[in-house]
Amino acid sequence: MITREPIFLPPPRGRFEAAGRKCLADLRETGVCTKYLASALWALRLLPASRRMRKESVAQMFVAGIKSLPVITFVAIFTGMILALQLGLELQRYSQELYIGSAVMVSLLREMGPFMTGLILAACVGSSMAAQIGTMSVNDEIAALEIMSIDPVRFLMAPRLAAMIVITPVMSFYTCMMGVLGGGVVGMTQLNINWNQYVQNALEFADLRDLYVGLFKALLFGMIIATTACYEGFSTRNGAVGVGQATRRSVISAFLLILVVGYFVTRLFYNG
Amino acid sequence: MIRFEHVTKRFGAKTVLDDVSYEVRKGEVFFIVGPSGTGKSVSLKHMVRLLQPDEGRVVVAGEDISHAPDSALERMRERFGYLFQGGALLAWLSVADNVALPLREKTKMSEEEIHDKVMRTLALVELENDADKMPSEISGGMQKRAGLARAIVRDPEIVLYDEPTSGLDPVMSRHIDRLIADLNNKLGVTSIVVTHDLNSALSIGHRIAMLKGGHIVELSTPEAFRASTNPDVREFMDAQFKIQS
Ligand SMILES: Nc1ncnc2c1ncn2[C@@H]1O[C@H](COP(=O)(O)OP(=O)(O)O)[C@@H](O)[C@H]1O
Ligand SMILES: [Mg+2]
Repeated sequence: MITREPIFLPPPRGRFEAAGRKCLADLRETGVCTKYLASALWALRLLPASRRMRKESVAQMFVAGIKSLPVITFVAIFTGMILALQLGLELQRYSQELYIGSAVMVSLLREMGPFMTGLILAACVGSSMAAQIGTMSVNDEIAALEIMSIDPVRFLMAPRLAAMIVITPVMSFYTCMMGVLGGGVVGMTQLNINWNQYVQNALEFADLRDLYVGLFKALLFGMIIATTACYEGFSTRNGAVGVGQATRRSVISAFLLILVVGYFVTRLFYNG
Repeated sequence: MIRFEHVTKRFGAKTVLDDVSYEVRKGEVFFIVGPSGTGKSVSLKHMVRLLQPDEGRVVVAGEDISHAPDSALERMRERFGYLFQGGALLAWLSVADNVALPLREKTKMSEEEIHDKVMRTLALVELENDADKMPSEISGGMQKRAGLARAIVRDPEIVLYDEPTSGLDPVMSRHIDRLIADLNNKLGVTSIVVTHDLNSALSIGHRIAMLKGGHIVELSTPEAFRASTNPDVREFMDAQFKIQS
């Protein structure tokens, strides 16, 4: 049952009780999110059989991709340029500026690519997902689905999750490529490295493993974005004001989780 | 058919239903009237367990729906059609697709059968010419009628109507009244109607309950309701009919 009523408690006695309650509420939220994620993943087993779910997933992918493409392109190119410039100026002091190719490539593949993509998708796509589902909640549309015994997690969240699981790694890869391109332009114009040398250096030092780990991270970020957006959407109350709050909260939670999960994945794969 | 047993519902400090008990009989057209914000919608939501009581229980066809396990809920909700106050149509589906949704998701009917059934149901609410419009392209009253079509498309035993006629013009309101009465006469649908519209209640209701301050202050037939000396009922009736005349 998704349509839930708010929990009413008497006002807390003192700061200690308030803090304790906040912790419990956060734990509870984490639990509910995990449950939604698990049921949505489980619902994805119906994807091959359900035409509606496939169509909806593809539609969501297009929306997500097209909505974020201009921003992602822009941010990716500039990230690459900034990386190349900063590193290049530093490396120039030791006459090693040739190595910016690999430096830009590796930092994008491992960290910056998935991270930037995650943040941008959370802001562009996650927020509108939360707003849409939140509006449905306050209009009783979610309740209507429940009365008809149409599980909102299967009906709404699963296709969005599928879309984000596919589109975030794709976009992350695209971000890396655009970033490398941007870095190359800076290399040529500011650091006097020719394009072929730059690309050769980039490919030589980049490990296939870096690519995989980066894509894996992006996949996790995609799940985080879809889950926080749907969770906040489903828990929306209080009309238009509530929709605004849900949108903001979904973006903030996604940002924080992307940072934390990103750190732990890095630790898992690159620590020893 | 639906029995409230000592149902108490609080939202924080606010008690919306206070030890309410009544029974809606099978095949009845049961009206719940009362001022705004007295818990009429909350009452309806208890019948399908969109809300759960703090105390007491709601029994549907002999089964306690308030405390039934989630696994039994789907079967129990199958009996119900529910018209929400705003219609609750999905914004990205056309009117016809909205009405077809429960058939597509929950039955094994072929697309042809579904199309037939949808068009017949839309004809009942006089929306057959707007089947392909999107919810945003039609008026609030039309959205509500489309919501009504969706609520009854699977031929439920019990239909819950949350303000079916508010926002409709008088002619359409009477048409919807007739539809509710017809569903009841011809198909034996048990109907629970929440409304401000005393006209509807007095003309097609079998019994009328008035809810105020968390209590049922009056529960009687339309004739007895009209003649009631209960001050709350008098006030409500006077207010409504004075404005209209
Ligand atoms: N989910 C909810 N959370 C908190 N308060 C609610 C909720 N649903 C209804 N209420 C409160 O309960 C009261 C009755 O609401 P409702 O049943 O919608 O009134 P109406 O009789 O006009 O349909 C209102 O004061 C409303 O604020
Ligand atoms: Mg209401």
